[in-house]
Amino acid sequence: MRENAIDVRLPAGAPKLPASDQPVIGRATKESSAFVLSRGPGALRTTLLMARVTFREAARRKILWIAMLAGVAFLALFSTALHFVLKHEARHTSTVDFREGMIMMTMMVLYAGSMMTSLMAVLTSCDTLSGEIASGTIHAIATKPVQRWCLVLGKWVGFMGMLTLYVLLIEGGSIMISWLESGYRPPHGLAVLSLIWLQALVLLGVTMTASTSFSSLTSGAVSLGLYGVAFVGGWIEQFGSLQHVKACINLGILSSLIMPSDALWRRAAFKFQPPLLGTVGVTPFSGTLVPSNAMVVYAAFYALLVMLLAQFLFSRRDL
Amino acid sequence: MTTLTIDTSQLRKTYGTRTAVRDLTLQVGRGEAFGFLGPNGAGKSTSIKMLLGLVKPTGGTALLLGQPVGTREVRTRIGFLPEHFRFYDWLSASELIAFHGRLCGLAEDKLRRKIPELLERVGLGTQNNKPIRSFSKGMMQRVGLAQAIVNDPEILFLDEPTSGLDPAGRKLVREVIAEQCSRGTTVFLNSHLLGEVEQSCDRVAFIRDGRIIAMYEMGAWQSAQTEVEIRVGHVSSAAIEQLKGFTQDVRLVGQVLQLRLVKVEDLPDIVRRLVEAGADVFSVVPQRVSLEDLFLQMMGPDPGL
Repeated sequence: MRENAIDVRLPAGAPKLPASDQPVIGRATKESSAFVLSRGPGALRTTLLMARVTFREAARRKILWIAMLAGVAFLALFSTALHFVLKHEARHTSTVDFREGMIMMTMMVLYAGSMMTSLMAVLTSCDTLSGEIASGTIHAIATKPVQRWCLVLGKWVGFMGMLTLYVLLIEGGSIMISWLESGYRPPHGLAVLSLIWLQALVLLGVTMTASTSFSSLTSGAVSLGLYGVAFVGGWIEQFGSLQHVKACINLGILSSLIMPSDALWRRAAFKFQPPLLGTVGVTPFSGTLVPSNAMVVYAAFYALLVMLLAQFLFSRRDL
Repeated sequence: MTTLTIDTSQLRKTYGTRTAVRDLTLQVGRGEAFGFLGPNGAGKSTSIKMLLGLVKPTGGTALLLGQPVGTREVRTRIGFLPEHFRFYDWLSASELIAFHGRLCGLAEDKLRRKIPELLERVGLGTQNNKPIRSFSKGMMQRVGLAQAIVNDPEILFLDEPTSGLDPAGRKLVREVIAEQCSRGTTVFLNSHLLGEVEQSCDRVAFIRDGRIIAMYEMGAWQSAQTEVEIRVGHVSSAAIEQLKGFTQDVRLVGQVLQLRLVKVEDLPDIVRRLVEAGADVFSVVPQRVSLEDLFLQMMGPDPGL
């Protein structure tokens, strides 16, 4: 009988512990199992499984459809408004004013769309890890032969798919409507979409990272708080640029480094406008001080890093 | 050959200054149904989570099937039904089992065969396409049980599997436990429903304050400590004094002598002494000690947790 190292009170002759004289590891490997063994799924299969279930969850819970429906309503409103504006402006304004006004209007719609996308990224993902940890849903999943980082990556991919569709619908739709109705084709339409998409991914990664350690509400608050910091930082940077206050510009850049979401929007706004436009004062749509390409590269790394950080933190924590 | 499927030594978990599990040392063999009992807050959940690889131990060693806990190889060969099993409730029962089967790495054709069998086994054959959100707590528990055995595990961990189940559901769980054990699976059962444990398990461990305080083979405590009631007439105090040689725990209530014996083999001698001392012995009835009696005796006064 194996000896118990602790004060286990064993009544005389009562429990017969399984006896064996071979070392434990040797025994287990030698034994031919009568069980049908399967190997755990590979990293790719696990990731795709989780991506699919995450995407399907959004669809089945109607989050996806309601968001899409809201998006369609948004586009319908924009399309109708643009129709009347074009009818009015064609009669009363010069060609240059007309084009400028129309571009401004589309940009306002794009800006609203980017905010909706950002909110969508945060609200859909803030509950995914923390909620499943709190409810214990994750216990039956994480005890399966899967790598934990794949679970996080899969969820990320699922949300990314949903956000991609959303950006294409809302922002792609806005650009398309504007193009079809007014004939204005932005010089870098795809770049605009990519930048707004990257903005959503940055927020998605930050929310999921927070969600590995905090509750759902706190995770949402962390992400939206940082989004707010970036937003204010963007304004500070533009004022600093107009008034030539270096400290303000640096503060703005610092806020973009902490959270590059607003910098990405400003880059997108710049890419949407024809080269000469974009200096119409300080608005979220103006390109008074346009974030550089380096900032875009930084933001892409940032998005990648927060995604990896979420995987790392989730793999390490006790569930 | 009997082999160990669970083998832990001085497994410990502390959260900051709080110690959840002080010392978990236990060995469980293949095909054994092992009950893990203790009051709330004794460290049961943390212990199970450490064995499952969900929680990293602070110290000690733990092997499942001869390998360190938490590795993917080990997780391929275990099944787990968590307490309050919850899952994506928008899935149907068969989709849920399929998802868990895929997470176990099962092939699609095997899953197609297996899912109806499993649902049939847990009594949900006709409910396979309904979304889980429309299920009762008991039905959820049944789906949970099905997902836990989808990979034909070698160790099956069941955390409160019968809570929320009606008598038919409890019977089903007992049957599944028996089936799994008969095919060589080790069943590690954590439950507050001691009657269920008593019917299902081969051996039980009692855990209190993060440490195992006793282990018994099922029913062994009865021979370890037997209460006997002897109905007597004309018993003298001298005769009762004589019995003190066998046990200190002797009481005379009316015409019934109540004794608590450590060695049940002493019983014939005791009867002989009584008769020799002039007492009339009408009946000797050993009293059955239930697992619940033993549990309450082990755990002492209720701390109200």
